[in-house]
Amino acid sequence: MKKTGGQILLESLGLEGVDTIFGFPGGAVIGIYDALLNSPIRHILVRHEQAAVHAADGYARSSGKTGVCLVTSGPGATNTVTGLATAYMDSIPLVVLTGQVSTGLIGNDAFQEADIMGITRPCTKHSYLVKDVKELAGTIKEAFYIAGTGRPGPVLVDLPKDVIADSTEFNYPESVNMQGYNPTYRGHRGQIQKAFKLILKANRPLIYAGGGVISSNASEELTTFAWTLAIPVTNTLMGLGCFPGVDELSLGMLGMHGTYRANMAVTNCDLLIAVGARFDDRVTGKIDGFAPNAKIIHIDIDPTSISKNIRVDIPIVGDAKDVLKKINKLILEEKGDWRSIRREWLDQILQWKNTYPLAYEQKDVIKPQYVVEKIYEITKGEAIISTEVGQNQMWTAQYYHFTKPRTLLTSGGLGTMGYGFPAAIGAQIAFPEKTVIDIAGDGSIQMNIQELATVAQYNLPVKIAILNNRYLGMVRQWQGLFHNKRYSHTSLEVSPDFVKLAEAYGAVGLRATKPEEVVPTIEKALSIPKAVIMDFVVEQEEDVYPMVPVGAPLKEMLLV
Amino acid sequence: MRHTISALVLNQPGVLARIAGLFSGRGFNIESLCVAETLDPSVSRMTIVTRGNDQVIEQITKQLNKLVDIIKVVDFFGSEYVDREMILIKVTAESSSRAEILRITDIFRGKIVDVTPKSYTIEVSGDENKIRAIIDLLKPMGIKEVVRTGKVAISRGSKGI
Ligand SMILES: Cc1ncc(C[n+]2csc(CCOP(=O)(O)OP(=O)(O)O)c2C)c(N)n1
Ligand SMILES: [Mg+2]
Repeated sequence: MKKTGGQILLESLGLEGVDTIFGFPGGAVIGIYDALLNSPIRHILVRHEQAAVHAADGYARSSGKTGVCLVTSGPGATNTVTGLATAYMDSIPLVVLTGQVSTGLIGNDAFQEADIMGITRPCTKHSYLVKDVKELAGTIKEAFYIAGTGRPGPVLVDLPKDVIADSTEFNYPESVNMQGYNPTYRGHRGQIQKAFKLILKANRPLIYAGGGVISSNASEELTTFAWTLAIPVTNTLMGLGCFPGVDELSLGMLGMHGTYRANMAVTNCDLLIAVGARFDDRVTGKIDGFAPNAKIIHIDIDPTSISKNIRVDIPIVGDAKDVLKKINKLILEEKGDWRSIRREWLDQILQWKNTYPLAYEQKDVIKPQYVVEKIYEITKGEAIISTEVGQNQMWTAQYYHFTKPRTLLTSGGLGTMGYGFPAAIGAQIAFPEKTVIDIAGDGSIQMNIQELATVAQYNLPVKIAILNNRYLGMVRQWQGLFHNKRYSHTSLEVSPDFVKLAEAYGAVGLRATKPEEVVPTIEKALSIPKAVIMDFVVEQEEDVYPMVPVGAPLKEMLLV
Repeated sequence: MRHTISALVLNQPGVLARIAGLFSGRGFNIESLCVAETLDPSVSRMTIVTRGNDQVIEQITKQLNKLVDIIKVVDFFGSEYVDREMILIKVTAESSSRAEILRITDIFRGKIVDVTPKSYTIEVSGDENKIRAIIDLLKPMGIKEVVRTGKVAISRGSKGI
């Protein structure tokens, strides 16, 4: 029996294990939307296509599955660009389905035509234009394979209207065979052996763990590795949660707003073991000052990440989980009282920690750090937290001690304001029973605020905690530090009344203006089985510290 | 350093755009690029000549390898290989210089592929030095136009890439 392209698409998604997609309809995809009415796949109607991609991304980060979204041609497709770039920078598996004008019209400047393949080529892992319905099933199979394997990433599939309408027999391929795409999973034994020898010899080793540990589900292996050899761990923003943030070996985040102890440890270590991290400039600071005395082992699935920004002594291309497993096996045979061997190094780190701990002073006005700390305490670190971008993001990274992988959803690479709320929606869809909180800035939240209608429509109990400083705070901080306090266009003089705004959308709005109101507000919000906006009116000109100015080495931190 | 890189790529629309984007997006330069079908019409072979320090070249080959539509990448640098380029030169041919041009063409094993009372068009192929040499020799006669194919390269020895 022949099926239409629309039916084939949805059945293929079903065979890939997709039960939910995020989307927004339009003329070019009306055939797919028609077929959706007869499909078991759940469709979440967002209010802006950017939010569809971020929601699919939040769904993917929190669950580990590939997120899927569906949008129409032209403006629908162009609205996905920021979402694609966000997912691409953070290596998140997505399949983004865009409508396209009919094959005969492509290239004619037809109504709602956009060359979305051309526009998104630099921010997708791969993309396809399906020109014949017979290629559709095979293309979907490949798209999911590429998105979810190797270094994950977003894949775009452009679907012309006539291809969706056309019919053919439906045969879903069992497997893919792609000549040009064979990611390396298994680490090279010889390299692993060399790394192992170096690890045993090191006096001041340090693990620098990034988002790759989370995407390869290697947290357990990493934790075993660190614990067995008593090696301290610092995380990138993307890696937070892959090692328990409350563990005594945890140094918290490193880099521009990293902890003093983490940045000092990097500067003084004699062996840096980078796992699933890519030496981003926000992490390294001035490259010459980054781990200047250390040999570097770099474990990464993406060969292009290795020796891109920094010279590496022992590169190991492979999946973090596989490589760590192999290293752990070697270690188990090595007997040694590692805690005492490391005593001096760990004591030194403890001393750094005690000299300059993360700190703030809670006086009359609510401190944003206090809000984050209380959210952490009240949720016992069990919530899924998303963030927006700016100071809110950095305070969340510093004061919410992530202990489990996939509990922090944040736009690390692109730094996309407006990411957090739709990402929280995606996570709430993946985990209806969990507490999901977007820790937001008053600026960022307004970039996808329209999604309050989505949470209302689907009764999603997403919580939003706005650290309302009436500023584009992070930019104001830079203006304060590096531009003589010339606050050019960073004051948000006018914002909506967020409490009333919540109510207008059928959600609940709560406001806290005094420190003593913070805890009751959080507790109340968490007890309401609906979407809640918490508007925390916080200290306006609080800055994020420590801070390594752009271009300075990590050891030159500005402290409070 | 200048490197000559060979890549086997799937013969699909968009491949060239991906490769061009890979270079332009990172500020890498392409000196020449030559693409055509292989014996298998679903696969094309590209010869890319580019310049960069070791780190840049390493990135280029890794990034090329990472593209889904690229099957294989070989950097010929430091290995034994043959490279050739073909060039078409339209040169002013006055009666006084016609004999000299023919002689030069002959020495370089070139061919005259078009003749007018005022010009010759010469086809020559060879390695870089040879191409440079013939251009230098013909310059005084007045070169009207030059078209170069860019290099193609193949490894020495019996094995393919
Ligand atoms: C889409 C987008 N535009 C601009 C920026 C630049 N930017 C980075 S942080 C920031 C301020 C964010 O303000 P707010 O959401 O209120 O957070 P705060 O820093 O005050 O916590 C801006 C404008 C960005 N990251 N993303
Ligand atoms: Mg703000």
